[in-house]
Amino acid sequence: MISLSAVLTLSGILFAIAVAGVFLNRKNIIVLLMCIELMLLAVNFNFVAFSRFLGDINGQIFVFFILTVAAAEAAIGLAILVVLFRERRSINVEDLDTLQG
Amino acid sequence: MQPIYLTIALAPLLAAMVAGLAGRVVGRAGAHSITILGVAVSCGLSLYVLWKFLFDGMAVFNGPVYTWLVSDGLRLEVGFLIDNLSAMMMVVVTFVSLMVHIYTIGYMHDDAGYQRFFSYISLFTFSMLMLVMSNNFMQLFFGWEAVGVVSYLLIGFWYTRPTAIVANLKAFLVNRVGDFGFVLGIAAVLKFTGSMDYATVFARSDQIVGGYVQITDAITWPAITFTCICLFIGAMGKSAQMPLHVWLPDSMEGPTPISALIHAATMVTAGIFMVARMSPLFELSETALSVVLIIGATTALFMGLLGVVNNDIKRVVAYSTLSQLGYMTVALGVSAYSAGIFHLMTHAFFKALLFLAAGSVIMAMHHEQDMRRMGGLGKYLPITYGTFLVGSLALIGFPGTSGFFSKDALIDAVHFSHRAGSGYAYFCVLSGVFITALYTFRMFFMTFHGKERMDHHTQQHLHESPWVVTLPLVLLAIPSAIVGWFTVKPMLFGDFFNGAIKVLPGHTVLVQVGEEFHGPSAFVFNALQSVPVWLAFMGVGTAWMFFLRNPEWAKSAERSFKWLQTILLEKYGFDWFNEHVIVAGSRLLGGGLWRIGDQTLIDDGLVNGSARAVGWLGSVMRYAQSGYLYHYAFAMILGLASLLLWLIWRT
Amino acid sequence: MFPTILFFVFSAVLISAALGVILVRNPVHSALLLVLCFFNSAVIWILLDAEFLGIVLVLVYVGAVMVLFLFVVMMLDVNLEEFRSGLTDYWPLAAAVAGFVVFAIINVIVVKHLGGASLRSAPALAEGYSNTRALGTVLFTRYAYAAEIASTILLVASVAAIVLTLRRRPGGKLQNIAQQVAVRARDRVRIVKMTAEKRP
Repeated sequence: MISLSAVLTLSGILFAIAVAGVFLNRKNIIVLLMCIELMLLAVNFNFVAFSRFLGDINGQIFVFFILTVAAAEAAIGLAILVVLFRERRSINVEDLDTLQG
Repeated sequence: MQPIYLTIALAPLLAAMVAGLAGRVVGRAGAHSITILGVAVSCGLSLYVLWKFLFDGMAVFNGPVYTWLVSDGLRLEVGFLIDNLSAMMMVVVTFVSLMVHIYTIGYMHDDAGYQRFFSYISLFTFSMLMLVMSNNFMQLFFGWEAVGVVSYLLIGFWYTRPTAIVANLKAFLVNRVGDFGFVLGIAAVLKFTGSMDYATVFARSDQIVGGYVQITDAITWPAITFTCICLFIGAMGKSAQMPLHVWLPDSMEGPTPISALIHAATMVTAGIFMVARMSPLFELSETALSVVLIIGATTALFMGLLGVVNNDIKRVVAYSTLSQLGYMTVALGVSAYSAGIFHLMTHAFFKALLFLAAGSVIMAMHHEQDMRRMGGLGKYLPITYGTFLVGSLALIGFPGTSGFFSKDALIDAVHFSHRAGSGYAYFCVLSGVFITALYTFRMFFMTFHGKERMDHHTQQHLHESPWVVTLPLVLLAIPSAIVGWFTVKPMLFGDFFNGAIKVLPGHTVLVQVGEEFHGPSAFVFNALQSVPVWLAFMGVGTAWMFFLRNPEWAKSAERSFKWLQTILLEKYGFDWFNEHVIVAGSRLLGGGLWRIGDQTLIDDGLVNGSARAVGWLGSVMRYAQSGYLYHYAFAMILGLASLLLWLIWRT
Repeated sequence: MFPTILFFVFSAVLISAALGVILVRNPVHSALLLVLCFFNSAVIWILLDAEFLGIVLVLVYVGAVMVLFLFVVMMLDVNLEEFRSGLTDYWPLAAAVAGFVVFAIINVIVVKHLGGASLRSAPALAEGYSNTRALGTVLFTRYAYAAEIASTILLVASVAAIVLTLRRRPGGKLQNIAQQVAVRARDRVRIVKMTAEKRP
């Protein structure tokens, strides 16, 4: 039988990889977005696992909503990316420092 | 009867609104016609109401006409209490007001603010009627403040004169001091009885007697004394008792009809009326009555003295008003409320007469008010002369005139009183009689007799005033002369005020006076052997000697008593004290609070300071804002790491 | 026993694919490896008896979101050379942070296991249990409003994406429908009155 710890550990490793990805690919904004998707996936793993082991279906409902919001976020994020590329001809994060204080 | 009462109160208001808001439309004649009509209707109906009380024995009306709001059991209503006291006040107010309205046609003939003036005096009549007809403290306070506002407007009627503006500001501020006490008094009444209605409050007065007001941890005052003194402070402001009298002489900056209407006959008597109305409360506090007595006696004597040195004809009359108000207050202080109200009524007639006659003189002199430039006017202004003489005789209490009955009874009442301070008061009112006669006839002789000291041009144009001016003089002279004969018995010794004024069994000084009263003519005859009348004659004689027969005596007396004259001309330094201590202190305090509290603490410290702090914080924090996405992500991950660390640590 | 083996096999593939996502240079390859991640996750979810969510993950993520990613990556003319430089500058920091996060999470889960001692094994499912039915029953009763809001968010997101990327080109031939509807006859037709003339 699959144990809860195994699933949670898997999700933790997945999350850590996503975090490391944010550091490594700090220039490419598309890969950054993908890393965020990976993090959300890791979180969803926790929800699904706990939902199963506690026998509570509400956890899966949360996954459902997280998927919804993540899809919306991806759509808008990519749309912004397209607009950004159109304006700047670049998606390099280092070029995006307009908010510097 | 309720529609009649409503009409009495609202007719002047309606007229004031028409004259004030549509003054251009109705024009000068329209404005004075409608306001005179409004006040005449009020006056006629008031007389009718009084008639019903006197001869038909009509029942007292006490009831609400409109409920303003009900909150937590407290009813705030507009209501009327019509009994003998208020009916008499209504007649006095509307009659004097009507006379003043008519007189104003002549006096303000050349003034640009004609309609405005009529609107104000009608509005004043309305306010005063609301005050006297009220059956609860809230409406009383409304009328109280409304007459104050109109008084403010009228003192500053000639708003281009700096002195008038200063005077109306002064009147307003001094009245605020009194009103502060008045509001406290009303609040105390409300706190202890839970009602604003007169009848309810009087019925529950034992609740006030049993109560105490905690001033500090150590000091507690009996609630009844506290309440009465607070209410009386309000009366001191409105009725110009020392030390809140300072506004009244300055209020002479207003047009003369106003001085007659407001600052002599009606508004200043509001305080007297209020104390008389509150007699069921005041009777319960011996201390408060003693305070009333001493304040009144002091005012009566010392304000009269000021009249002796003043040369402005209107100011002399104004000081005499202060002194006479002092007399009324003394009467209240010895529980002779009826005598106070009786003197109020007679004083309203003869003082309005004196003011209007003085105004007639001023008109004839082309708005010259200094008596040193008058003299010998008697032959040019025969009607003014005659009526002024009647008014003066009434003022000094010449036997048989209205002032005689009221003042003599009043002095007798003080004589019989055993209240603390009544000895001092008796001395003051007796000396006051001499002083009153002295300054009144000094004014009379300086104005109408002796050498003609005016310049040639003025002398050429001296003539009697038009009939709209002399008619009110004559109409006021009649009651001034004779009203005492047939009112003294019912009002002072009869049961005219039964139910309206309450006197406790131990305080019945007027009954003692009444025991020696055997009809008006006997009263006059007896008086010829009494001290006050002879003091008055002495005063007249002294005035004649010093100011008519041997004017150089007056000058030498002036030289010998230079110090006394200086004190009197400085008005005992009240103005100096107010200006240099209270006003300067307030300005200093205000300036300090403004500079330290407002500018430094609030503006610089709190408002600009917080802005500066935020700006400084931002200027530091901005170095943390690189604008690079991965820095923010790193910060978030650091946050996550610390959260996890905390979780590990905690478990 | 068999599901456990499957779980570990798929977990291994999932972790490898995730590492690939962050390590490969080409964003297209990253995206494709991410698709692999999602497939593996879906399998593991199904192993955890969450069939519906597993299918949704494949349909929504692989079918829609990742296609969108690939589409954008390919559409944008990205200079890949630019991203290669300095890719590994921060790998020690990345490794440290990742290592710490893994350590911390494993510490919390396995060592302290936060009161999860009773959760060693999953409760048995009832006879004839249907994950989809159970999910639907809750979603459309207790979470009905939330579901409505979620659908509205999706609608808003799609509208927002269109508005953001919409470009008005000058000279485009477009209809102004409001103007068309609001047109009045007298703007278009002018009626001229004139006297009739006889043919000469």
